[in-house]
Amino acid sequence: MFEAVLLTVITAATPLLIAAIGELVVERSGVLNLGVEGMMIMGAVIGFAVANQTGSGTIGVVAAIVAGMAMSALFGFLVLVLVANQVATGLALTILGLGLSGMIGEAYIGVPGLRIPELYIPYLSEIPFIGPVFFQQDAIVYLGFALVIGVAYTLFRTRAGLILRAVGDNHGSAHALGYSVLKIRFLAVLFGGACAGLAGAYMSLAYTPQWVENMTAGRGWIALALVVFASWLPYRVVVGAYLFGAVSVLNLHAQAIGLGIPSQFLSSLPYLATIAVLVLISANRRLTLVNTPACLGKPFVPDR
Amino acid sequence: MRIELVKRKEHSELMSLMSPLIAVALTAISAGIIFAISGINPLEGLYKFFIDPLTQQWSLEATIDKATPLILIGCGLSVCYLSNNWNIGAEGQFVVGALFGSFLPILFPEFENALTLPLMLIFGVIGGALWGLIPALLKTRFNTNEILTSLMLVYVAGLLLDYLVRGPWRDPDGYNFPESRIFSDAATLPEVFGGFMSMSAVITLVIAIILAVVLAKTVKGFEIRVMGESPRAGSFAGFSSKRLTLFAFAIAGGLAGLAGTMEVSGGLNQLLPSISPGYGFTAIIVAFLGRLNPIGIIVAGFVLALSYIGGEGVQSAMGVSNKIASVIQGLLLFFVLACDTLILYRIRIVTRRSSAATGEASHV
Repeated sequence: MFEAVLLTVITAATPLLIAAIGELVVERSGVLNLGVEGMMIMGAVIGFAVANQTGSGTIGVVAAIVAGMAMSALFGFLVLVLVANQVATGLALTILGLGLSGMIGEAYIGVPGLRIPELYIPYLSEIPFIGPVFFQQDAIVYLGFALVIGVAYTLFRTRAGLILRAVGDNHGSAHALGYSVLKIRFLAVLFGGACAGLAGAYMSLAYTPQWVENMTAGRGWIALALVVFASWLPYRVVVGAYLFGAVSVLNLHAQAIGLGIPSQFLSSLPYLATIAVLVLISANRRLTLVNTPACLGKPFVPDR
Repeated sequence: MRIELVKRKEHSELMSLMSPLIAVALTAISAGIIFAISGINPLEGLYKFFIDPLTQQWSLEATIDKATPLILIGCGLSVCYLSNNWNIGAEGQFVVGALFGSFLPILFPEFENALTLPLMLIFGVIGGALWGLIPALLKTRFNTNEILTSLMLVYVAGLLLDYLVRGPWRDPDGYNFPESRIFSDAATLPEVFGGFMSMSAVITLVIAIILAVVLAKTVKGFEIRVMGESPRAGSFAGFSSKRLTLFAFAIAGGLAGLAGTMEVSGGLNQLLPSISPGYGFTAIIVAFLGRLNPIGIIVAGFVLALSYIGGEGVQSAMGVSNKIASVIQGLLLFFVLACDTLILYRIRIVTRRSSAATGEASHV
């Protein structure tokens, strides 16, 4: 029983984890991309459609990543080149993504999906309990963990990470030192788009291998909240994602046990939990001020 | 070659007027391309989508019905956005307003008199405002980001509605369908002008005009704009940003709640598991396309309402998915935001040759 619960928590947490780690990098560079939901749903529909057409889950995943990046490039062009309002542009990205995915996905409603296969890690997967839970997952779950480690290492242990954080904390100084603020931010935005696309592919090719309109159901927004929850620190994203994964599968398991609580109340828990967590974190001024990228959401126009 | 922005000395008045028009034109071109990709003559598609709904009386009425909630919500949102409060949860405020507005006819169906409708509308405003005040209070009290909280409450409101129509508020004589009882005549908003316009449209028009006057001519309107553009300057003038946040969210929520109640009372006549085709989100586009100005929002509301009716039109006549409506709405917001750049900046395309020639001039 516990093993089964833990398995569902991992699958529920993975898309949140991947989308959030991507957005963390974007925000560390000083850009607020509120369009995670839109990029994610595009990843989900393109991933599903391409996997369905080619019969290959891998090609589907790659296509989803490209779709997420294409969406983020559109966002990047608007907010970085045209200096459009970041909040409004992010919203536009979400609205466009939801509409476009609905249109593309209409042909795929009710079409049986394709599940990307599990990868059994040799030997480790045979360990009782730990094996089935942690080492018999699909490649994207492993990739999620690799992303967290990679991002944490890059941000805090490499020169590239230092530059990225400098751009996010003080774009004026970074520019004066000769770094191309806009180019670095654009790359960060693309990375965020790739992660959101991957998270979307996980939704439609692993979590529930089918296409349902609006199937991300606010997960992109929860991923955004996770970045705040994690106070922009990669390892805390893991904690947050698993916490939220657990809350969101509560519904499933509570119904199985047969508690008399209306399902709508349980379904609303992840959203209410998000609000509660945001309040707790933001009420603690010192915690948020230390790690919040100082230039988050502020436009930068280089004076040439 | 690269694109370079040159800051204008002051806002371009011409561009503030032109940018929404350019955005609509660019959206129409993109829509034409989408039609062409879907194998439809782009001109025929565009005609069916943008013009045809205006040529028949029934579709013109339907456009007005769709524009009404969009304009009302958009007006409220403009107060938020002008004062730099990012309320994106109008959809939830719409739903909760509708719930507050309909408890009277659902739980007390025998309460039928002249007071029924006014009370419903007032409750609708209160419900929407209360739901809107949640993110506002969290922002002023705990410094919590209002974007995320207001959006999360949209999902909660939707689930609350779903619970009520499937549970306690389900019609006892409704064969177990997930819907409330049908409102009595006393709880139904009448139509005016021989059925051409609903009462909701008239109320909306009046509110939009009042808001336009308040924003342009009163101290409150001045406060809203100053606090949005320069909170520091506003605080020296004695304006409180916290009180304004609460005010803006209450207005936006209240108007969204009113729109929700009027939609249920004037259109659907009962509660259903879903009562809005995303009005609260589309109204965000309306607010921006209308340049956060109530008169502009009235025009923008019609443009966006056309996209709903046009979407249905191209679906039935040409077999294109009506999802094309939301694609076009999303594109429109993109183009509006992109074109707004023209108000503050001149765009210069720099080629290698011209950058050498103008390099000195730009330093002057």
